Amino acid sequence: MDVEILSRVQFAFTIAFHYIYPPLSIGLGLLLVIFEGMYLKTGDKRYEQITRFWIKIFALIFGIGVATGIIMEFEFGTNWATYSKYVGDIFGSALAAEGIFAFALESGFLGILIFGWNRVGPKVHFFSALMVFLGSMFSAVWIVVANSWQQTPAGFRIVGEGMNARAEITDFWAMVFNPSSVERLTHVWIGAFLAGAFLVLSVNAWYILKNKHLALAKPSFKIALITATICSLLQLFVGHKSADGVSKNQPAKLAALEGHYDSLATGDMYLMGYVNNKTQETKGIRIPGGLSFLIYGDFNAPIKGLNAFPEEDRPRQVNAIFQFYHIMVAIGVSLIALSVFGTWLYYRNKLFDKRWLLWIFVWSVLLPQIANQAGWFAAEMGRQPWVVYGLLRTSDALSKAVTANQVLFSLIMFMVVYLLLLILFLYLLNKKIQHGPVDYGSKEDIEEGSKRDNPLLAH
Amino acid sequence: METFLGLDYNVWWFLVFGAVISGYAILDGFDLGAGALHLLLKKEQSRRIALNAIGPVWDGNEVWLVIGGGALFAGFPIAYAAIFSAFYIPFMVFLMGIIFRAVAIEFRSKEPMPWWRKTWDIVYSAASIIIALSLGLMLGNVAYGIPLNGQKEFAGNWLSFFNPFSIMVAITTLALFMMHGSIYLTMKTEKRLYARLRILSRNFIIFFVLSFVITTLYTLLYIPHLSDFFKANPAAFIIPILMVLSIANIPRQIKKGKYRYAFFSSALTIALLLVMVALEVYPYLLYSTVNPDNSITIHNGASSYKTMKILLTIAVIGTPLVGIYTSFVFWTFKGKVKLDEMSY
Repeated sequence: MDVEILSRVQFAFTIAFHYIYPPLSIGLGLLLVIFEGMYLKTGDKRYEQITRFWIKIFALIFGIGVATGIIMEFEFGTNWATYSKYVGDIFGSALAAEGIFAFALESGFLGILIFGWNRVGPKVHFFSALMVFLGSMFSAVWIVVANSWQQTPAGFRIVGEGMNARAEITDFWAMVFNPSSVERLTHVWIGAFLAGAFLVLSVNAWYILKNKHLALAKPSFKIALITATICSLLQLFVGHKSADGVSKNQPAKLAALEGHYDSLATGDMYLMGYVNNKTQETKGIRIPGGLSFLIYGDFNAPIKGLNAFPEEDRPRQVNAIFQFYHIMVAIGVSLIALSVFGTWLYYRNKLFDKRWLLWIFVWSVLLPQIANQAGWFAAEMGRQPWVVYGLLRTSDALSKAVTANQVLFSLIMFMVVYLLLLILFLYLLNKKIQHGPVDYGSKEDIEEGSKRDNPLLAH
Repeated sequence: METFLGLDYNVWWFLVFGAVISGYAILDGFDLGAGALHLLLKKEQSRRIALNAIGPVWDGNEVWLVIGGGALFAGFPIAYAAIFSAFYIPFMVFLMGIIFRAVAIEFRSKEPMPWWRKTWDIVYSAASIIIALSLGLMLGNVAYGIPLNGQKEFAGNWLSFFNPFSIMVAITTLALFMMHGSIYLTMKTEKRLYARLRILSRNFIIFFVLSFVITTLYTLLYIPHLSDFFKANPAAFIIPILMVLSIANIPRQIKKGKYRYAFFSSALTIALLLVMVALEVYPYLLYSTVNPDNSITIHNGASSYKTMKILLTIAVIGTPLVGIYTSFVFWTFKGKVKLDEMSY
């Protein structure tokens, strides 16, 4: 295998593994702020116990997120040196801003969040939770800005020629607010909120099923359910906006997402299907003209197909892109159905009797994860063969000083180490969940405890 | 050339980058040093206290590495690209160290079994040592120079990184961090552990001074281009002199029981050491041993002026913010370590 394939596999692998954790940190960060906010507002000890429990899980997730994130920052230099030279003027400032404005805030206050319970007052502790959450949100801003610039470059000019060409910034804010930044960022944020909300839903659904920690599990479940419902509905609009942006800015990617080859035809929208990359045929369950309607509000409007682009300028793995995109959309719709149905039952006081539904909630934790990964893969593979859309090809972006053997060595090393990490992470996460929160603050336990302490009541 | 207060932007960003790297070495330096000497503390209780002494801050300390990476990428992308692709293998080893160290700290306390804790203790310590050594090895090679061709690409073999000078720099870096870490731990502990750390810190000071002297002598004798600056500017000798004074101040303050001053002294030593390296290499970021014309300097390896301006704005806004909350966190956890239910 050559350096290009190995480096692409390595980048895809390391970023996919890393991308399990930051969305969880962001989503769980939001819920921590809500939980601790409820504690401050009501003074109800149950919310303190809930907060303490989720902070422990947050710390575990954050730790792996940081360790795997540092790798990403340096992989641009190690494996993609030509790319780094090409975009350093622009991409670098976003990364530097992320470090100084976001990551420093998050990591600084994390110490107080985890270890500060007996050192600072409740208000400062809540403030720290808020800062950690904001830090993770800002991190997403700069990382998505950097990535969006690769999708829809803006605010720059090209200097130099051939292999010495590089992009130079001309307008910082045009770079930050490039045509796809805002819609992609909101899409990523909400995807992250969903990842966090469904983790909380899953764990608490399991407690309710097992009849454990009920005094804590039910209010946590309710808060997470409301969060999930709002976010999954919002995602419908934000996701649509994102697809709309792709149609304007990256028409070749849009064509790949729906497996649409023929340029003169109207675009169909598929619920599911299969793209034959060789015969350029797409088969499946479809809404004829649906894509045209989505983009132009007209079922008959012709849409640019892949054949409208020179072969060397359009993505090759069309079926994979199509599948990733459709998995993401299908999960998005299921999350809406699940959370809306759950909320409806909750307000009719019937949710906690439906064991089958609670079991679905237990397993639902995987869905936002799969959707986030699939969405990321569709976005990144859809940009190919460009690493910077329309400007720099992925095949030209490599490090010239690095050999295939070196990349193979590091790739195998990452695979072994990350597999080990994943096993340890799941083991420890499971253990923490099994152990559960400490209930001593709950109403039932306080009553139980006073019975035990009171010799008259105990016998 | 656009200038600000008499210095051009590239020099400013070189200073900022140097300050960030010094910040990283001073801050992560003490927790890496604490990790490197971890196995010398025998009792479970001592190890827990040592871990909790760095517990609330090590993550924040590591942020400086991320900022440093971003600063190099943004300000000097050509140097960033050349350095990390050239140092591919040592850097991958370094990154593995970073991963294993983070998870060792995180995972160690999660299970009570002695074998579990012992395993993560070894991983934590070994990773800290590997990080310090690989950082030193890369610093040594950056200072010494590497073969760069006309396209400013690395044209050598990674085995050549293991030259005597760079190995000595690596050992000196480890010694420096162990000295720094042991002083930090002395400051954060009490009773028998404190007594033990006082002895350890004295040994590490000796270890550092010896390796530093040997490395300096070797440099003067065999690598003349690194001492050119000092030969041309005798006034610059003030820096090594200050450094000697700063090192001598460490045992003095420890003897007086003023650990915070001892810690500031060892932080100052690290800063002065890096200033020395910066003066030796300036204006090169990466010196080419094949042909000095192929070298990457702070001018030919830099971003545009526009970017430099943006970066300086970011640094001017961001640095005080980071300073404020870093101090707040350190202030919150000031004093000797006390274990509680939230500790590692």
